Amino acid sequence: MKLSLLRRMWSERIAYAFMAPFLLCFASFILLPVFMAILMSFTSYDAFRSPHMIGFKNYAALLTQDTIFMKYALPNTLKFAFFVGPIGYLLTFFLAWLIYQLPKSVRDIVTLAMYAPSMAGGVALVVVWQAAFSGDYVGYLNNFLMRMDWIQTPVLWLQDPKYLLNVMILVTIWMSFGVGFLAMLAGFDTVNRELYEAGRIDGIANRLQEVFYITVPSMKPQMLFSAVMAIVGTLKAGAISVQLTGLPITKQYAGHLMLNHIDDYAFIRFELGYASMLSVVLLLFSYAAMRFSYRLFGPKEGD
Amino acid sequence: MGTIAKQLRKMTPFETLLLMGLLLLAAFMSLPIVFIANHAFKPFHELFLFPPTFLAKEPTLTNFYDLFLRPGATIVPFSRYLYNSVLVSALAMAAVILSSCMAAYVLSKLKFGPKRIVMGAIMLALMYAAETVAIPRYLIIGWLNLNNTYFGHVLPVVASPVAVFLIKQFIDQIPNELLEAAKIDGASEFRVFARIIVPLAMPAIATISIITFQGVWGDTSASTLFMQDETMKTLPYYMMTLTSGAANTVAGQGMAAAAGLLLFLPNLIIFLLAQRRIMETMVHSGVK
Repeated sequence: MKLSLLRRMWSERIAYAFMAPFLLCFASFILLPVFMAILMSFTSYDAFRSPHMIGFKNYAALLTQDTIFMKYALPNTLKFAFFVGPIGYLLTFFLAWLIYQLPKSVRDIVTLAMYAPSMAGGVALVVVWQAAFSGDYVGYLNNFLMRMDWIQTPVLWLQDPKYLLNVMILVTIWMSFGVGFLAMLAGFDTVNRELYEAGRIDGIANRLQEVFYITVPSMKPQMLFSAVMAIVGTLKAGAISVQLTGLPITKQYAGHLMLNHIDDYAFIRFELGYASMLSVVLLLFSYAAMRFSYRLFGPKEGD
Repeated sequence: MGTIAKQLRKMTPFETLLLMGLLLLAAFMSLPIVFIANHAFKPFHELFLFPPTFLAKEPTLTNFYDLFLRPGATIVPFSRYLYNSVLVSALAMAAVILSSCMAAYVLSKLKFGPKRIVMGAIMLALMYAAETVAIPRYLIIGWLNLNNTYFGHVLPVVASPVAVFLIKQFIDQIPNELLEAAKIDGASEFRVFARIIVPLAMPAIATISIITFQGVWGDTSASTLFMQDETMKTLPYYMMTLTSGAANTVAGQGMAAAAGLLLFLPNLIIFLLAQRRIMETMVHSGVK
């Protein structure tokens, strides 16, 4: 039994050799960190003394004591994720669909313009956002609104807790037309033209029905891929508040997302066990989001 | 150009309206890009002009001059950050392309014991955002003694589930008969990989190189977490120090704008060169 397994592995040795570089890095920088995070979430660890097990105390503390999490991080994250996730995703689909209606030659130009901000990335755009949302009258948005006579005094977009989260959402959506957007655009190309003809005979009356009954089902794989990319993008966007305001913790926790909460506990308070627990919770959230996307767009049995 | 004009003339009123709307939106979306390009060339007094201007009136290269030649607040010269960034991005791209292609080939065409498990893990890991497990990664880098080395920049990004996934989907389209014919003719597994798979998977390779490049070129986390030595940090990190922190916001503005343009341009150029191939890959990008 064991020998035959070894023999099989020997006959597949080339496959193992080809996989080795990827698997080694995959194991050490993706698998292992996730397992460590799960293990560490049950410990109390300050990075100096060795960690000791405390069971579910971290999780209990999150539910019962962490008022900042319950009052700011969680609602902020949910609001942020809702607008950047599903709403941003629908917006991406709608725009990709509109762009696809254009003649091919102009399509590339519009695509490039939409894709460019996501390409520039957070760091390069910091200059822009800081200038646009600057709190004094030199800020572009303030200047524009004042010239239009819509506001009388400059608004502190990034300092006022009322606005920060909305600015973050706007900026993130602006930059969210990335790989997923390209995938959707390409997805329209894979839809079989004859299906539309068939649909018209079967009584599809308008474009909306056409999109809903033919286009979306035909490009499910691309829809799923870009949904996955959108979820990852949303998770990563936690750094945006830091980039916008230059502060690790935003004023009155206005832009405090779960990722900021993790960074706060990990690299400011050095409570690594608690921070790991937070990352595990975040991973669970993202896993749930992915299960949901698979439900919507995943291959059904027999597909 | 002729074909564009012809296509435009054929458009229905609805399409013309749509085109106008989308072009307006596209112009609006690309405002930040136009801004970056102009801001970088503004002389100091124009940067804080009231009312703020969008286009540079008297373009100058002062900002670039400052960025390149004046060491500014740090002791490390700008060229060192640039060198680090270029080297790290190039190494990361090479490593990701090679390791992902090899892995994707196995997952698509070869027999491999735990293939289903690995594929499942990759599908799960598509979801993975490194940001969520920064702490364990930080510890692992420490154990492996990769702090302040280029390996510390490169190794964590080598395993890229998205890259393997995209290439695997693409290789799935290559007919098995082609590979079998080559093997009957006596080609080794490696030869088949190098001579058939890699050339045919070029569009997918182009796509993942640009995705990897964008990720690594703009990344600040490796420099912030794994590199304590200032000489090992990269350009985006330097740019971050120019913009954040109250002391630098005024003095660093022009330099930051120039650095921002430098960070953006390579992305744009590579994307323009690879655009068609990227779209080709995305057609096969489905999760099946």
